[in-house]
Amino acid sequence: MAEANTGSTWFERLGALDRRVIFLLIALAVIIPLVVHYTTTIPASRIVLDLYEAVENLPSGSKVLISFDYGPSTAPENQPMATAFTRHCLEKGHKIYLIALWATGPRQSQQLIDEVIKVEFPDKVYGEDYIHLGYKAGNQGLINALLSDFNSMYTSDLAGEDIEGFPMMEGIGTLKDFDIILAIGSGFPGTKEWVQFAGDPGDIPVGGGTTAVMAPLLYPYYPKQMLGFLGGLQGAAEYEAALMNGYPKYRTMTRRASTTMGPQVTAHLVIVGFILIGNLTYLMERRKKRKY
Amino acid sequence: MKRSIPLLITFLVGVALIVAMFIPHWPFDVLNQNFSVFYDIIAVFAFILGGGNLLKVHIRKVQRKGGDWKYSLVTIIGFFLVLGAGLLKIGVPGGWSGDYQATGSLFKYLYDSAFQPLQATMFSLLAFFVASASYRAFRAKTREATILLVAAFIILLRPTPLGYYLTFWLPEPLQFLHVPNLSTWILSVPNMAGQRAIMIGIALGIVSTSLRLILGIERSYLGSEGKG
Repeated sequence: MAEANTGSTWFERLGALDRRVIFLLIALAVIIPLVVHYTTTIPASRIVLDLYEAVENLPSGSKVLISFDYGPSTAPENQPMATAFTRHCLEKGHKIYLIALWATGPRQSQQLIDEVIKVEFPDKVYGEDYIHLGYKAGNQGLINALLSDFNSMYTSDLAGEDIEGFPMMEGIGTLKDFDIILAIGSGFPGTKEWVQFAGDPGDIPVGGGTTAVMAPLLYPYYPKQMLGFLGGLQGAAEYEAALMNGYPKYRTMTRRASTTMGPQVTAHLVIVGFILIGNLTYLMERRKKRKY
Repeated sequence: MKRSIPLLITFLVGVALIVAMFIPHWPFDVLNQNFSVFYDIIAVFAFILGGGNLLKVHIRKVQRKGGDWKYSLVTIIGFFLVLGAGLLKIGVPGGWSGDYQATGSLFKYLYDSAFQPLQATMFSLLAFFVASASYRAFRAKTREATILLVAAFIILLRPTPLGYYLTFWLPEPLQFLHVPNLSTWILSVPNMAGQRAIMIGIALGIVSTSLRLILGIERSYLGSEGKG
């Protein structure tokens, strides 16, 4: 580094900035907002509002299937989505069925039960208001099988109890018996597969959420094949904002997505700054080369 | 026989599934349902195959003391530790009748204390590399690169207060240039057009590959037996 800097102009030195400086600034951009509790509220966009309104307009007692197709790596983005959907569904009195196409999904849904359902909705009864069906192998093949026969694939819940003993499983024969599918995913199989193998062939309303990286891939399905979806942490924060407007009690409760949007916003600004500096130094270098 | 029977099975199953898609009535609907269940059963066996293959690769590496063999050793120990914790239900309240993921079990402890933070850490590192890469590579060197740069710039600014304050003052006729509106437009018009083109291309590719498989033209899935 020292050798490279000798005799070079300021923009050349800036252009060859040590990447450890970049890493340090990104770390600070994430840590400082977390320490000072910098949060940001983002108004819900149309794509998020459409999904919120679809859940809101379902009659109380509707059957909502929530699929956890992600693992701990993307939990900071996906878990707030699951929390927001669950809060909304249980506030409306819907019955929620938790399943997973990913082997890592059940731990995330169990976390949701322990930290959200049992804490915020202690009056909700397992087997009557919510049920944890766990993971099954098969990816899109599983969705295809569930579309024709749900109960032959899921004969018991996660704890091994026969599903026929749970009141909320009455009337469930195929995926078509659900009023809406909310698929939270971060890859394959995920939200896209729920649209292709359940929503389209079964004419079942599908919504959900994905990581920000995956979100652009879902736009072709909206609004005809998907009711709406949450794109990354921002989508989750937007759903939280919509939920806050509809249910004011959530203004004072933990809103994980809105809280963690603070570091994301500052990190984005730092990256924008780096892009600007990078291009400025590039233009200066090009100008210098043309000059000589 | 080694080639003919798999080719015949592929042909019959492929044709049956195509027919079931267009004629969703008996007996094809039952056939479709059964094939889905068969697929799920085979998928479960894939886990055994995958686990076996993982062990084979890493045990061989440790035996030969190949490059970074110590990481392979960690993989093998981790594999058996988690497998044993789940299968033997170590620390599960209620013993054999309890849930292997219950609070207090070794499996849950390993998942929460090792697997979860490690996965989250690996994914979080992306932020650092994205920042570094955007600084070095995101440069307006060509017209196409400039378009990409501007689009990325607007998308990055979207959730930030800066994105709002930069353009909120624009008069009504120019509100389409407001950063949140512009980013929505980028995602729902040019992005969607590109995505649709890619999806249609992939779908056509899948159709042609599937036809080649069903008709026995593509035989690479049979391994070395499929040659010739």
